[in-house]
Formats: sequence, C-alpha cells, structure tokens
Amino acid sequence: MPQDTVAFVRTETLPELPPPASQAGIVKWMRENLFSSIPNGILTLVSLYVIYLIVAFAFPWIANGIWNTDSLAECREALQGATGACFSVLSERWNQLLFGFSYPAEHYWRPTLAFILLFAAAAPVMFFDLPRKLLIFTGLYPFIAYWLIWGGTIFTPLFALAGFVVGYFVYARFVKDSFAMGFFGGVVAATITWIIGGYITDLIAPAQPFLEAVQSRAMGGFMLNMILGVTCVSLSLPLGIVLALGRQSDMPIIKFICVVFIEFIRGVPLITLLFVANVVLAYFLPPGTTFDLILRVIIMITMFSAAYIAEVIRGGLAALPKGQYEAADSLGLDYPQAMRLIILPQALKISIPGIVNVAVGLFKDTTLVSVISMFDLVGMIRGPILSSTDWNGVYWELFMAASLLFFVVCYGISQYSQWLERRLATDHR
Amino acid sequence: MTSITDPPQGSFRLSMLINDTRYRSYTFQFIALLALIAFMAFLGMNLVRNLAAAGLNISFDFLQDPAGYDINQRPIEYDSRSSNLRAAIVGVLNTLIVAFLACVTATIFGVIAGVLRLSNNWVVSKLMAIYVEIFRNVPVLIWIIIIFSIMTVSMPSPRAFRGDDPSSSMLFDAFAFTNRGVYVPAPVLDSGGWFVIAVFILSIIGIFAYRRYATKKLYATGQLLPTFWPSVALFFIPTLLFYFILGRPITLEYPELSGFNFQGGITLRGSLIALWFALAIYTGAFIAENVRAGIQAISKGQTEAAASLGLRPGRIMNLVVLPQALRVIIPPLISQYLNITKNSSLAIAVGYMDVTATLGGITLNQTGRAIEAILLLMLFYLTISLLISAGMNVYNNSVKLKER
Repeated sequence: MPQDTVAFVRTETLPELPPPASQAGIVKWMRENLFSSIPNGILTLVSLYVIYLIVAFAFPWIANGIWNTDSLAECREALQGATGACFSVLSERWNQLLFGFSYPAEHYWRPTLAFILLFAAAAPVMFFDLPRKLLIFTGLYPFIAYWLIWGGTIFTPLFALAGFVVGYFVYARFVKDSFAMGFFGGVVAATITWIIGGYITDLIAPAQPFLEAVQSRAMGGFMLNMILGVTCVSLSLPLGIVLALGRQSDMPIIKFICVVFIEFIRGVPLITLLFVANVVLAYFLPPGTTFDLILRVIIMITMFSAAYIAEVIRGGLAALPKGQYEAADSLGLDYPQAMRLIILPQALKISIPGIVNVAVGLFKDTTLVSVISMFDLVGMIRGPILSSTDWNGVYWELFMAASLLFFVVCYGISQYSQWLERRLATDHR
Repeated sequence: MTSITDPPQGSFRLSMLINDTRYRSYTFQFIALLALIAFMAFLGMNLVRNLAAAGLNISFDFLQDPAGYDINQRPIEYDSRSSNLRAAIVGVLNTLIVAFLACVTATIFGVIAGVLRLSNNWVVSKLMAIYVEIFRNVPVLIWIIIIFSIMTVSMPSPRAFRGDDPSSSMLFDAFAFTNRGVYVPAPVLDSGGWFVIAVFILSIIGIFAYRRYATKKLYATGQLLPTFWPSVALFFIPTLLFYFILGRPITLEYPELSGFNFQGGITLRGSLIALWFALAIYTGAFIAENVRAGIQAISKGQTEAAASLGLRPGRIMNLVVLPQALRVIIPPLISQYLNITKNSSLAIAVGYMDVTATLGGITLNQTGRAIEAILLLMLFYLTISLLISAGMNVYNNSVKLKER
C-alpha cells in the first residue's frame, strides 16, 4: 500500500479518557439497578414513595417520643397535641414486660444473671472452635438456671445433677457390653438417686434458703417466653431424635406408634394442645396430683416441637446415602453404635437448618400461652398493662417493643443458622 | 433365661429372644407394646377415677342442647336457641372462610414478594427482603393483635360519618371503614342473576377449553393461534352481553348510615379482617421465601438453553422455568396452607368466632365438657390436615419426574 494514499496516521497513542458519565460511578449503578427499563423506573419511584410515606409517618412519631411521664394523660399533656410516641410506658413498665408483674423486684438480678449465663452455656454448642471443656458448664447450666430463677434450696438441683452424674457413670460402665444394658442401668441408677435425694432434701433443707423460692405462677413477661423456648427446644431435641429413629425403624409396632404420634401432633394446632394442658391433662393424672401449669405447658410444647423436629431429622436420615448404613453394618457395628458413630452425626448436620427453623417457630409460638391466661410478654401487654388506668390506650409503643424483642432474637438465630450452614458445607461445589 | 427350656428337637431357645438379632426385635416390640398398653391403661384408669370423683361422664349429648350464646358472624341460620352442634358447625364454616381468604391473599402477597425479591431493581428487592424478614421474625399472634388494634382503635366510629360536615366519609360512597367493621356493597341477585353467573362460569371454562385447543393445534400442526385477546374477549363479552340483555339482574346493595350504625351491604368485622390479613402477610413472607427458592433452584443453564432455542423471555418463563419451579414451590406452599388453617385457631385472641372459639371456647366453658369438646376440636383439625396432605401426595405423585 503506497504511503501517500493515507492522509494522516497517528503515531502516538491518545491519553486515556475517563468513561462517559453515564457509564461510571453512581450514575451507571442507578441506571443498571434502578432505572434499567420504564416499568423498572416506575417500580423504583413507587418504592421510594412508599419508603417516604413510612419515614414521614414514623420519624416524627419516634423523634418526639416522651420517655419520662407516669401515665398516658401526662404524656398527652407533654406532647400538647403534637405527633409523638409515648415511650414512657416502656420505661415505666419495662421490668413488668421482662419479668411479669409478680416476680419479686429485689430478685430481678437472678433471671438476668441466668440470661447472661445462657450465652456462656450456649457458646460452646454454637461455636465449635471454642475449647470442648466449656461443655461442662453447658451441662451444669440447666441446674444453675433453675436454681437462680426458681430459688429455694440448692439441694434440689444438686441431687437432680447427682442423679444424672450417677446415671452417666453406670451407663459408661455397662455400655461396652451392651447399649441397652448401659442405658437402662443408667436410668435405674439415676431414678434411685433422685428418690433418695428427694428424702434427704426434705430432711436437710434449710428453712431460710440462700435464694428465696419463687412460685412458678410468678413467672411472666419475656422471661416466660425465654424459659419456655429454651427448655422446650432443648428437651424436644433428644425426643425428636428418638421419634425420627422410631419412624425409620423396621419394627412395625414401634414405627406405627411413632407415626401416629407425629402425625397426630402435627395435625392439630398448638392452641388445642395448650387447652389440653390447661383443662384436660388433670383428668389423666392420678387423683390428687397437682402439676404446675408451667410444667404442663412445657410438656405439651415439648411434644409439639419434638414431632416437628422428628420430621426434620427424618429428612436428614433419608438424605444419607444408603452406603453409609451398609458401611456401618459391614464394619460389624450394632444398631446403637452405627447410629451414634456413623449415621446421626451426619444426619444431624444436614438437619441443622431445619432444626433451627423449628426452634425459631417454636419460640414465636410461645406467645400462644397468653391465650390460656399465662402472662407472657403478649399476655402482660394485653392484660395488666393495657387494662391499667394509667396506660389504657397505649397500643403501638407496646406492640412495637414486643415485636422488636422477638425480631432481635429470631433474626439473630436465623442469621446464626445461615452462618452455620455455610460453615458446615464441607462438600465441594 | 437359661437353657432349661431348651427343646431337644428345635433350634429355637428362649435366650435367643435377647441375644439373637433375628428375634430380638420381637422382644423389643412386645415390650414397647406392653409399655404402651400399660401407659394407656394408667391414663384410662385415672380418667375413670377422676370422672367418678367429679360425678361426670363422657357423653356427647351436650351437642344437642341449646347453645345459649350469640355468634356475630353467621354464614348459616343460627340463633342462641340453636344447638351446640350448630354453633360448632358455624364455627367450622367461619374457620374455613378465614382460612380460604387468607390462603388466597397470602399466595398473592407471597408470589409478588418472592418474584420482586429476585428483581434486579435494588430498591425493590431490598424492600421485599425487609418485608420478609420483619414479618417472618415476629409472632403471628402479635400481628393479629396489631391489625385488630388498627381496626378497632384507629378507625373512626360510625358517628363520625353523620351530620352535615362529617369528619369521615365513605370511599367511593360504597366502602365504609369503621371501628365496628368494614362495610362493603353486597350483590343482590334478581331473577336471571343466576343465569348471568352461569354464563360467566361457562365462559371461564370456555377460556380453558380454547387454550387447550390452541396448544393441541400447535403440537399437531405447528400453527400458533393467538390466546391473549380471545381469552380477554371470552372473559368479558358473553357475561356483559347477557347482563344487559336480561336487564341488569345483578345490582349492588350499598351500606347506608341509619341511626347509629350502617345498614345493608356486607359487614366484615374487625376480627375477621385482623385474622385474615395478619395470617396473609405473615404466611405471605414464608411463601415469598418458598417462591424465591423455587425460582433459584432452576439452574441458569435451563434459561440459557431455552434462549438459545430462540424462545422469547415470556415463553422461557411459561414453558421452561415455571413448570420446573412449580414442582419445587407447590409442596411447601401446600404445607403453608395447612399452617394457615391451624393458625386460624388464634382467632380466639381477637374474638373471631371460629371453631376454637365456639366449640373449644364458649361451649366448653358453659357445659364443662372439656374432654369431649377438645376431642372433637382435634378431630376436626386432624381431618383437615390429613385431607390436605392426601391432596399433596396426589400432587407429588402426579408431578414426580418420570424417569425411564
């Protein structure tokens, strides 16, 4: 190609220009994420308007909030007709919302301490990197918490603990021969310890215990929700495992019992079970037995969540490849060994997200006890607080506080579950 | 368990019941059965003794006695002289009404929120994520009470609609939102009204038949018939035609203020609306997650494969993604419907007269027949949930991947 047919050839490169304004930075981001098409743009504008409405309504209400009056009337006076929340109901009744209206005020530190210790007890279960020795404290926690919250003589939780320790040692002694012998031997030994301990406690219990005893019916507020939630979830986990194994079993009678139990519980609403705890259960107990309402409710909610957890674990068991069962068999392990060492660790790992979902749902469902006139958080709000002359008519502040408490707990647990799911994902993708 | 019973000819020894894995399961089952029977007998004997001590018996005669209380929402004829059985049936119908309404609304909320959460519009997807997280993580009982409070506390009383310069006015002159409930127009059928409804139902069937015919024709000949506009036409034209030919046989009865309250129209009580919308938004948040998971479960390769075949986005959604996603979405959706039905028993917290509030509430308290009433209540919910899971099994079998 002859040189002179080209009028001009650039010999040096041009300096780099910045990208056009519409292709960089916030403008590009907005074009792509907010206004990529006309319907999308309309959607964005509508959403922004909705957000504006919510903020315009809620912001002055919260910002003008009054925190330090003694009744709704004084609060209205202080607001002088302006929009504003009356948060003083929260600051005045905060302890009632948390602990119920009859828990002795000078003992509020006890459930608070139990609550703080709960984190220490739950930490080694939730985070596997922590030293395993901490699990000892987790094992002790139920007894400490019971003693702190209910008070009374320390010998009751001590002997309860002693029963478990004795049972464990008997189990550890015999489990090498046969799991059934170890298990039933342990149960028998523990029961004997408890019966003896009961007599001894009656003899040596001091008249003035270190921590004053608090009646069960004094439990209320968010504390009651926490007690029910934590107790029932931890009790229903072993029961759920047993039910799931029973449902997978090839013994027809045991399978039948488990299937009927699970399907029955899952088919009825929790409220009907709470009604059973409230009015019917007494008919089925030996005449003259008195049972705490809170204990009856714990039994019913535990059965309820055990059925749901059993279904989750059954899913985990079914998801394991058949080779795992066969490999355990071919190693010569018997059924308890195979389950304990091979099957359950894997199946439980798969089922953790489902179990956490059940736990969150169960914690939310503990509010239903307000229907059978127990004064949990919702029961406190609807009962003593809203019907008091001072605070008759404060709805939104109270419900907002209740929603916030539940949201923090439930959202926290579900975030933890997602983290755990990522953490446990050992398969390569 | 020694071998003294060892029969000389057989190989079976009694000790094998414990030691031989072939027979051990029989021992276990026998023990379990005995324990179960003993436990049941224990409960039964306690029940008999307790009932005898209280001078009670188990009998369902109370169902025939007059109920003696009023129910504020009556789908069928009922007054306080009707029997307890009739009160229970009214309650069952009320349960089914609110469960049906909540299921439909929750599906709509859930599908919209689930799809929008996957939208590439940042604001919208974040807004939907907030909706889902807020409503999923707060107990449904609190939502029911909050909406009930909105309906009873924040709404104006009917008095506010009176006078020359009322402080509240009706929406479109047809809807009145008061603290006693929401009043909406009621359709009134004259003679011929049923005919128009029949025509409407027939035209819906016609639409499905036409679509089916179009698909068949497409598969047989490859000829693509238009479906959208013919469907719209079939939906509106015959019904409207007959409506005007028969001289407008369906009219609306508007609620009107008379005295201290509204008369006419349909009254939706605050308790119904609270239960309905609380269940709908709460369960809608769960359904949104199911929908999102279902759509995300379809691998991107499916969409790309469809696109490389030359399908347009609408057809990719209809023919490739949705049929596969529905297989994932529908089973959890049905169990959410089951949850709605069970959660509707929370009606008792806001005084909606469902079966838990009539049979398990007032009837139980008035007659003292706790065992019988709760037994019937559980049987009702058990029947519903078994029916729904039977339906789910039928569906699961029909969409199961048929592998060769």
